[in-house]
Amino acid sequence: MSLRNIGVVYRKELVDSLRDRRTVISMFVIPILLFPALSVGLGLLGASMMNKAKEEIPRVMIVGGQDSPRIVEALKKSDKFQIVPESPDFETQITDRKIRVAVVIPPGFDAAANQGEAGKVLVDYYEGDIKSELTQDTVREFLSDYRGELARSLLSARNVPKGLMRPFEVSKNNVAPPEKVGGSGVGGMVPYFVIILAFTGAMYPAMDLTAGEKERGTMETILTSPVSRTDLVLGKFFTVVTASLATAILALTSMGISFMLAKSTIDKALAKGEPGFHFALDPRGVLAVFVMILPLSVLFSAAMLAVSLFAKSFREAQTYISPLTFVVIMPAIVALLPGVELNTRTALVPILSTTLVGKELMAGNHPWGFIALIFASSCIYASIAIGAAVTMFNRESVLFRS
Amino acid sequence: MIQAQKLSKVFPATKKTKEVRAVNAISFECKPGQIYGLLGANGAGKTTTLRILATILEPTSGTAKVAGYDIVEEPEKVRENVGFLSTSTALYDRLTARELVEYFGRLHGMDGDALHKSVETLFAALDMNGFRDRRCEKLSTGMKQKVSIARTLVHDPPVMIFDEPTMGLDVMAARAIARFIRQCRERGKTVIFSTHVMSEATKLCDRIGIIHGGNILEEGTLEELRARHATQDLEDIFVKVVGDEQ
Repeated sequence: MSLRNIGVVYRKELVDSLRDRRTVISMFVIPILLFPALSVGLGLLGASMMNKAKEEIPRVMIVGGQDSPRIVEALKKSDKFQIVPESPDFETQITDRKIRVAVVIPPGFDAAANQGEAGKVLVDYYEGDIKSELTQDTVREFLSDYRGELARSLLSARNVPKGLMRPFEVSKNNVAPPEKVGGSGVGGMVPYFVIILAFTGAMYPAMDLTAGEKERGTMETILTSPVSRTDLVLGKFFTVVTASLATAILALTSMGISFMLAKSTIDKALAKGEPGFHFALDPRGVLAVFVMILPLSVLFSAAMLAVSLFAKSFREAQTYISPLTFVVIMPAIVALLPGVELNTRTALVPILSTTLVGKELMAGNHPWGFIALIFASSCIYASIAIGAAVTMFNRESVLFRS
Repeated sequence: MIQAQKLSKVFPATKKTKEVRAVNAISFECKPGQIYGLLGANGAGKTTTLRILATILEPTSGTAKVAGYDIVEEPEKVRENVGFLSTSTALYDRLTARELVEYFGRLHGMDGDALHKSVETLFAALDMNGFRDRRCEKLSTGMKQKVSIARTLVHDPPVMIFDEPTMGLDVMAARAIARFIRQCRERGKTVIFSTHVMSEATKLCDRIGIIHGGNILEEGTLEELRARHATQDLEDIFVKVVGDEQ
């Protein structure tokens, strides 16, 4: 193995790759423009949709209640919804989105409530329809307040002190600093994004430098040089790792800047009194995530080199590599599921372990034992992948597969 | 100098193909200042033989010495002393002519002044300065050929291996290649080249080996072959040798 030769191959491959429009698109254009545009754009869109849904005064139908004017009047007085005339097809109207919910009041409700024997008030809604669900929350909140008021007035009429009706108050208070809130929320997504980007960034150059070379006929040319095949594959490998890391770093930087710029817009777009948009990330956490991503990036690059080296053409390489995308996305998604936590078993599953430890790092936690275990295991997997790539490059049945 | 000793290459059977004995214990010798022609039809074993000599493929058995180095024991030393040119050795489209030749110079361990001097000499000799900074993808077939020639010569190897170098080229381009092969001989290099074009072999070769089914069936100077088969025409000799075998 000669460092000089690896360097010569690396420099040439880098120049060659940077002149390839497809590599430039996957390495620069997608991470710098597309990912931030998608993530920030979707955030803005989501916030504005949520806002619109909240601003709308929903149409609510009261079903029954002819003998209970007190509750009907209370509902009509509320400015949070607009009461529409009763109609027997109220369920169809809900599913047709003509009204958001219907409040079904049982017969003799007012009179029964006075005796403390009230039946059940039913709120019909459309599950899965966000506007109907939000209205259902508003109506239930309204009815809950109405129930409290009614109970208080009834007990007061029986000379029970009002204070007994509300013996204590409950309020919530967040004690986590903004970094931890950000780390658990938006920041929890950061390792996931970085992993996906490290993979996609390596994908195109890995195929181009192997199957692409075979297809273009330059593989035989390079094999006539005195540089050992191990040096050749390592030079190519470092180029792919560079592309993988550059893609991830560029995307994260660009996304960070976009989120900072979009923060005020998103905050404004969200309704007042909502938790808001947390993007206070700990830079040390982001850096730590990158350190953990290094062996993973090496694993991706070497594995994709080995796989696409086997292919005879770029198209064939794409057929082999495309299914691998799911192999990467699945563990990353599993890590985002609630209840999947870092333990000795999950720490040994590549990709999943890095996503999980990344979430911890972003939240400012440093489980050193797991960090060491995950880094070491990822390094072992990466070494196996590099070994496989070198072995493949030394097999003439692979290089001259026809 | 090239000395092949009982070179064999067997491609093992796969799910789709049977075992192929591409080269079968062939032995021959090419001397410095001579052009050795490997004459054979498609699939005769020419490319495999030359790829083995260039150490791109490993022989299944037997060996060869190229420029004094054993192809099995010291393949990297062999490659340092060989220039290999074939129609399947393409150029890197996204590199310029100069970058490409310099890259191969560096791969051969050259640097600094030595590399610069070699590149400048070659570009002047091959009249390549007009397109030195143009990317290979933008070059004409003739220009690409010159770049390929410069690539094989940048390290001034004593042994040149040409695998059907004129295949698919027009008359002018093919003549340029033939001229270049002769120049290599004049400079005392050992030259081996494969072809299935009889006229090319007649014009260029000092010695000819007729290869068929992985075996060298006949070998000698053109005059020796003519005398042995009592005919002047190489094509007739070839058909006689190969036809007898078939």
